[in-house]
Parts: sequence; structure tokens; C-alpha cells
Amino acid sequence: MNRLALPMIRLDNLTLGYDRHPAVHHLSAEIPAGALVAVVGPNGAGKSTLLKGLAGELRPIGGRILLPELPAGGLAYMPQRGEIDHSFPVSVFDVVAMGLWHEIGAFGGLSREQRGRVRAALAAVGMAGFESRPIGSLSGGQLQRARFARLMLQDAPLILLDEPFAAIDSRTVDDLVELILGWHDEGRTILTVVHDLEQVRRHFPTALLLSREPVAFGPTAEVLTPERLARARRLSEAFDEHAHECHIEELTVAVAPDVGAHPHAHDDGHAHAEGHGHAPARPATHAHLAPRPRRGLPRH
Amino acid sequence: MFDLLIAPFTEFAFMRRALAGCLALALGATPVGVFLLLRRMSLMGDAMSHAILPGAALGYLAFGLSLGAMTIGGIVAGLVVVFAAGLVTRASVLKEDASLAAFYLLSLAAGVMIVSLRGQNLDLLHVLFGSVLGLDDASLLLIAGIASVTLVCLALLFRPLVMECFDPAFLRGVSRWSPVAHYGFLMLVVVNLVSGFHALGTLMAVGIMILPSAAARLWAKGLPALLLLAVLFAFGSGASGLLLSFHVDVPAGPAIVLVCGVVYFVSLLAAPGGLLAGRLPVRHHLES
Repeated sequence: MNRLALPMIRLDNLTLGYDRHPAVHHLSAEIPAGALVAVVGPNGAGKSTLLKGLAGELRPIGGRILLPELPAGGLAYMPQRGEIDHSFPVSVFDVVAMGLWHEIGAFGGLSREQRGRVRAALAAVGMAGFESRPIGSLSGGQLQRARFARLMLQDAPLILLDEPFAAIDSRTVDDLVELILGWHDEGRTILTVVHDLEQVRRHFPTALLLSREPVAFGPTAEVLTPERLARARRLSEAFDEHAHECHIEELTVAVAPDVGAHPHAHDDGHAHAEGHGHAPARPATHAHLAPRPRRGLPRH
Repeated sequence: MFDLLIAPFTEFAFMRRALAGCLALALGATPVGVFLLLRRMSLMGDAMSHAILPGAALGYLAFGLSLGAMTIGGIVAGLVVVFAAGLVTRASVLKEDASLAAFYLLSLAAGVMIVSLRGQNLDLLHVLFGSVLGLDDASLLLIAGIASVTLVCLALLFRPLVMECFDPAFLRGVSRWSPVAHYGFLMLVVVNLVSGFHALGTLMAVGIMILPSAAARLWAKGLPALLLLAVLFAFGSGASGLLLSFHVDVPAGPAIVLVCGVVYFVSLLAAPGGLLAGRLPVRHHLES
């Protein structure tokens, strides 16, 4: 293993959640630079929460997220539903040009060359000629294409996409997948929440299967096995509104004083959750991926 | 015709001052109103206008009808309500409208009580309905100064503000401008309400912000056209309202706002975004 290359993302015993209920529970993983990872799992498995946490919109309630290689502003995050106001009077061109914020900031003007890049990005998503249309006149698929064009201009080494294919027709999905694969070829690190497992098997070399607990992480074929998918389903169904406090800790973390009353508290100071009742399938979770060779797909 | 439209302004200095005040309000307050409208905060403008009342009233109580005291009091009260409501919104389960409503209702009640502690009803009327025909030099300078500052701030904030309105999540993702745009904008709302309240009073100040903006929104497709049209509507209504007040001898503030209302209703009927446009039968639709 190449020790010199730092991973793009290191998740260190990460727990994310709302109101103390974990939505992502004790996730440890290293995602190397250039990986194309599909984040899969049932509804409520914590997929969106994980992306929110990575994007810095949600503070971890346990553990850490480390992004050692990421330059400032190097993260582009596309939330599932965004907060876009469709009735706002802006043109498609203006919306896509927002992707150039890291170059022009709040006050800079657009150079001729930058205008050209905005038009090129629109053309790349199949929306040449839509520049002056108001954003409210776009269909759902066209709006998603415009958001991809904006993302493209952000030129970020780390891209997080939350269900980019939800409620989008198959032809648009195919085009968007091609764009994602193109970014992968350029060496960007991409995490995408996807629901269509066939799509994941076909296009995504790596998968992270979540069900609040991390179920598996590694090469897609090894992650999306029937047993693991069934396990993910089982875990997602076992939600307890009045859950007890969880006291799985890294050994180095001080243990809270009120541990005694807890039914699954441990007095043996175990190293980690191995063998524990709701411990995830650890081996795959800690998988370190070798940098994979660039894809050789013919470009259209 | 000349006698009807021009002579009042050439002959009477107070009409000229009032016209200058209307121009300043149209240039400063109306663009702010456009963004209030686009942010779906039109009613919030109304709430804010009530929130500045106790500050102005305290200034009035301490120093009488003093321009500086009432202005500073109004701005301070407005900012306190804005930031307190913002704090409550971020730190509790209440949404912005609820927390703001709570603060402005308290603020309004306190304001009315403070005014009634000393003043006669006439003073209260002045605070509520302004005195556009009685603008002195100091008030006029204040209104013009606030309009100038507003235009400069809007120019500086324009891009972050548009992004904050259109896609706040994206702006948060790429920069730290989101709170600057949000609170900077709210501060502009407060100072312009105070500016408008000198001319039109607390209740009417929102009128010249929102009504021309709403009318212009029915006509304009793009943001620049929208801003320009709203300013034109506001200034046109201001001038017409003053003339109406002059010839028919009605209070100027309500007259201006009512003319804004006429523009709004005409737009509602005639504009492409209005009531009728979508209901007329289409003779020939387009090929694609």
C-alpha cells in the first residue's frame, strides 16, 4: 500500500445524527483520491446525512471527518432537493455562471473566456441554446442538467451528489452518468447516492452500503451481495424511538460516568465493537482501496 | 395641463421637497422592496415597520419631535428585533415568521403605549402616517443620504443577495457570504423603513416598497427590468399622489400609497403575469 498518498476522505469512527439519534453510526473508512463511490442503502440509512456531514452542513456528534488533501473550496455538493426558488427571475446562463464563484467571487465580472466556458458547460449537458431562458421554464430533467453544468464549472476535486437521478427520465440519467464517468476519468473523487442497484453494478467501481450502521465498503461486486443487502434491510427496520444511549467508544475516549445503568455497557474496555450486538461488518468497512486504473470507455 | 401637473411643483417649495423625497424613496426603498418580494418576505416588511415604532417613540418621548433621536431610536429598535428574531430562528424550533411576529407584536404594543404616555393624538398620527408635505432640509437630507447608501450597498451585495434568494444552499456551499447577504439585507430594510417613515409614516412606508415591486413583477421577466420598472412605478405614483393630494386636498401619504395601489390593480388586469393573461383563449400557439 502506498503510504505516501493520503486518502481524500478519512472517516474516523464517525457518528452523525439528529437529536442524538445517530443516522450514521460509527463509520470508519478511507476513500482514496480519484475513487468513484456509490453510496447505497435503504431509505433512512443515513446516506444523505453522510453527504451533509462531508459537506460541512452537519457537525459530527462523534468521531471525525478528515479531508487531508482537499484545497479550500475544493468541495462541490449537490443536495437532493436544494433550496432553489424556481420562480426567481434569473436566466439559465446566470444560474450556471454561479459555478464560477470561486474565480469571480462577489464582485468580479465575467471575462469573454469565462462566458465561453459557461456556454461550453451548457453544451456539455445538452442544453446549448437555453442560455437566456428563465430558470422557471425548465423541466425537472433540464433543471438537473443545468445544476450539473454549474457543478462542472465549480471544477472541484471532490464532488458529492445526493440522489442526482431522483425523478429523472432514463435518457437524462444516461447522459448524467456519462458526465459523472467523465469527471471520474479526470481524477476527481466522487460520492453519489444512488438507488438503482443495477446502475451501481454497471458504472460504479466502489460501493458503500449503509443502514445507519456501515454494512460494507469496497469493490461493488463484493458489497452488493444478497446477504449484505438483506442485512442492510434488517438493520434499517430496527429503529427504536426510545433507544438507549450508545456507549461504544474508541478506547482512547473517556467513558461517561453513567455507564453502569446501561444494558449494553461494557466493563471490559474492549478495543472496539467487534463481536458487539450491533457491530457492523467490519472487515469490508476498513478496506483500503488501491487506486484503480482509469476507465477506458470510449467517449462520445 | 401645465397648471395641473407642473405648476404645483414650480410654485410651492414644499411640493418640490416632497417630490425630491419621493424620488429618493423610489430609488432607495423600492429596490429593497423588490428583494423583499422576491424573498417572499413582503409581509415581513410590514412587521418590521411596526417593530421600529417603539424606538422612534422612545426618541420622541425623550427629545420631542427630533429627527435624529427618532431616526436612531427607530433603527436601533428595528435592528434589535431583526437580530433577536434571527437568533430565535436559528436556536429554537420556531421559524422566522413566527419569531418575528412575536417580536414585532410586542414592539408595536410597546410603541403605542410609549407614544400615548406623552403625546396628543396628532403626534401619533404623524408617527403613523408621516408628513411628506412637511419635510424640512434635515429630513430630506436624511432620506436622500439613506437612499444613496442603500444603492451603494445593494450594488455591493447584489450577486450574493441574488444567490441567497435563488439558491441559499449553494451560496452556503461556495462561500461565507450567506449570513452577510441575509443580515446586510435586513439592515437595509430597517434603515429604509425608517427613511420611509419620515415621509409616509410607519404604516405607509411598506406601501412604496412592496406595491410598485409587486406591480413590476407582473410585467418584467428579468431582474434588471424588474428593478427599473419598480423604481419608475414608485416615482410615478409618488408624483401622482402628491398632485392628487394638492388638488383634491387629501393627506399626501395615503394618496401616494393609493396611487401605488391603482398601478398594482391595473397591472394585475393588464400585465402578462396578471389575472387575465392566462385566461384569454389562445388563437395560435407556437410550433415549439
